[in-house]
Amino acid sequence: MSQGMVTGSDDDIDFGETLLRVEGLTKHFSQGSGLIASLFNDEEVRAVDDVSFDIAKGETLGLVGESGCGKSTLARTILRLLEPTDGAVWFKGDNLAEMSGEELRTMRENIQMIFQDPQSSLDPRMKVGPIVEEPMKAHGLYKGEREQRARMLLEKVGLDPQHYNRYPHQFSGGQRQRVNLARALAVNPDFIVCDEPTSALDASIQAQVLNTMRDLQEEFGLTYLFISHDLSVIRHISDRVAVMYLGQLVELSETEELFENPQHPYTKALLQSIPVPDPRAGGQRGVLEGDVPSPIDPPSGCRFRTRCPRLIAPEQYDLSAAEWERVKAFMRETQRRTFEADGEASLRNEFFPDGTPDGEAGSLVEKSIDDVLNDDWDAAEERLTEAFAEESICAREVPAYEVEPKHGDGVHFAACHLHNDDVKGSVNAD
Amino acid sequence: MSEPILKVENLKTQFFTEEGTVRAVDGISFEVNEGELVGLVGESGAGKSVATSSIMRLVEDPGEIVGGTVTYKGKKLIDFEEGPDGELRRSSEMLSNEQMRKQIRGKEIAIIFQDPMEALNPVFKVGAQLREFIEINRDVSGKEAKRIAVDMLREVGIPEPEKRYDSYPHQFSGGMRQRVIIAMALACEPDLIIADEPTTALDVTVEGQILDLVDELQQKYDTSFVWVTHDLGVVAEICDRVNVMYLGEIIEQADVDDLFHKTRHPYTEALLDSIPRPDQSVDELNPIKGVMPEAINPPSGCRFHTRCPDARTVCREVHPAYQDVSDPGEARHMVSCVKYENVGYDDAEPLETEATGAFGGGLVEARGDGQ
Repeated sequence: MSQGMVTGSDDDIDFGETLLRVEGLTKHFSQGSGLIASLFNDEEVRAVDDVSFDIAKGETLGLVGESGCGKSTLARTILRLLEPTDGAVWFKGDNLAEMSGEELRTMRENIQMIFQDPQSSLDPRMKVGPIVEEPMKAHGLYKGEREQRARMLLEKVGLDPQHYNRYPHQFSGGQRQRVNLARALAVNPDFIVCDEPTSALDASIQAQVLNTMRDLQEEFGLTYLFISHDLSVIRHISDRVAVMYLGQLVELSETEELFENPQHPYTKALLQSIPVPDPRAGGQRGVLEGDVPSPIDPPSGCRFRTRCPRLIAPEQYDLSAAEWERVKAFMRETQRRTFEADGEASLRNEFFPDGTPDGEAGSLVEKSIDDVLNDDWDAAEERLTEAFAEESICAREVPAYEVEPKHGDGVHFAACHLHNDDVKGSVNAD
Repeated sequence: MSEPILKVENLKTQFFTEEGTVRAVDGISFEVNEGELVGLVGESGAGKSVATSSIMRLVEDPGEIVGGTVTYKGKKLIDFEEGPDGELRRSSEMLSNEQMRKQIRGKEIAIIFQDPMEALNPVFKVGAQLREFIEINRDVSGKEAKRIAVDMLREVGIPEPEKRYDSYPHQFSGGMRQRVIIAMALACEPDLIIADEPTTALDVTVEGQILDLVDELQQKYDTSFVWVTHDLGVVAEICDRVNVMYLGEIIEQADVDDLFHKTRHPYTEALLDSIPRPDQSVDELNPIKGVMPEAINPPSGCRFHTRCPDARTVCREVHPAYQDVSDPGEARHMVSCVKYENVGYDDAEPLETEATGAFGGGLVEARGDGQ
């Protein structure tokens, strides 16, 4: 490893210490623009809501979630490509969220980003050499040795330094992503945000690029925030993994722990859904019902509760686990109108073969069954939702718990009320 | 076993471009039996999609189907014969374009594409599109067609189907749109559905839902599927039999379990080695070296020899035969690799390629040899 490339004197942070700390970061988008929209601003898209985590120097933090969950918005807000609505981003002791333009510009020397589409992130009219030199010029670095450095970097990322004078279109997708890597490295950053960097690549090419990224991390002492929707890639590249759902983190732990001992029902569902490339693996899939709710008016408490297979029973009804299971199924299917109400017998047989529960819960269910049979779905939905879904602890409190890890000794954060001490002893526990 | 429902023999499709002839699909053969889900897997550029659109006769200029036979339930979707002057021409048995349109597409064979937004017209309501399709293909009244359409929407798990019937495509999420497309494909009760990367654009939990749905529907209607994908995870989950494509050719075909556990072709093996696993931690990925060559000028001999770790000199010269290499008593396992032929592979010299480590520099070597 040659000395000139390793981060030099200004580096006061040791490997393993916190390089970046995100505290309560929030980004809301207003839907309209202009005066009227700003006056009637009640319909905000809450893309990222109160997200906190930190990244240690030299580490890769994987950020995984489905499309629309706010991964990319989070990344862009951290880099202040988007103005945060609230919260702080501490990078080496400075708050990026409050920096002025000029300070920020200087700070970006240390922070770079790689985007998903290797095609559109390279100027088709520039040769790759100058593309790699561009950030050096922007920051006034390496005067006189820029070309030499560009060639060196091209070689480091696995391209032929002779390709300095080629245009992006002369490269394949994987090679273009390598040019992006070289450009990100040009100003010798500490921290690189990678937003789905291999998603557009074929399996075999993806492996090549991932390996290169790992090698570069070792050689240049880089810290990655690696965003992907692909759990296999995340497992391979990350030291720790954060799982995001509808603008919030639901779980964060060391990689092995997250994959082997997931504690949030959403993480579990996500892991079960991945098709395993082994026909003998068997397993379930498609355990999640319904669609992601709108981030304009996200569910209260735990945002996953509207789809959660482990939604916690409201304590006041004193339902058995089996009874709650049936009430929950009836409520969800009524909300989604997924069945046809063709006769009382068949309806009861489908949802309550052993009869409806006793007590207050039972009478609420009975009334709702009548409503459904009278084709008044809205009334049934409203009654069930109010009486059951909204009364659950999942709707009333925002979850945040630390769990004892089984693998490794890192902190395991899980935003799920199943880890609440009161809930643990009840019928809802495992 | 009964006759296969779809039989593809030596299908060839070429694109005549200014730079030359692209042999996108170059003599592939496979069969689909009743109720079977057959996978067609490969990286981008392997020719998977051209193969499926050829079967449906949807190849557009400058592409042209130039040879082979595709038989569906005894009907020749594609058939060529030798004319008096030795030229290949369409045989009289081959269905006309009109017959294809009226008898086959939609009614007998339906196709599902990757991007559901492209298959739905954005300016018409979802229900109306579905109803029109049913009306035309099933000869029922508009009212009856609407009833079927609503039923189908419910069947594929669209909540509140009566209400959603009047929604526009953009009011649906990606997964729901794909469900609508599946409803459309199923509406005419076809015996074969060709699915071209139907879940690639979807999130993993939604993909799971769709795969479940397909499983369910397949059991209910006993529909056969040709499932095109690049995702070996999906293949492992749902396929009964798999064809692996590389550069316009099928290079291996086997039952799904054999393909993953008794892999014969070096390409399939390398592909399986190169993917990160969701169920285990792998320290170092083992990528396939280099990139797939252009189909316009494919490598001589075995097309994979430029990237093959097992390549020897004979691979460059001999085009491997596509043959059954299964042991007696086992299911058929087709492979085209000279390793399994008697053409002197064992005595040949190893070939110096990127993959065998003889090339310095270049793409691969970036990684250095320090590991």
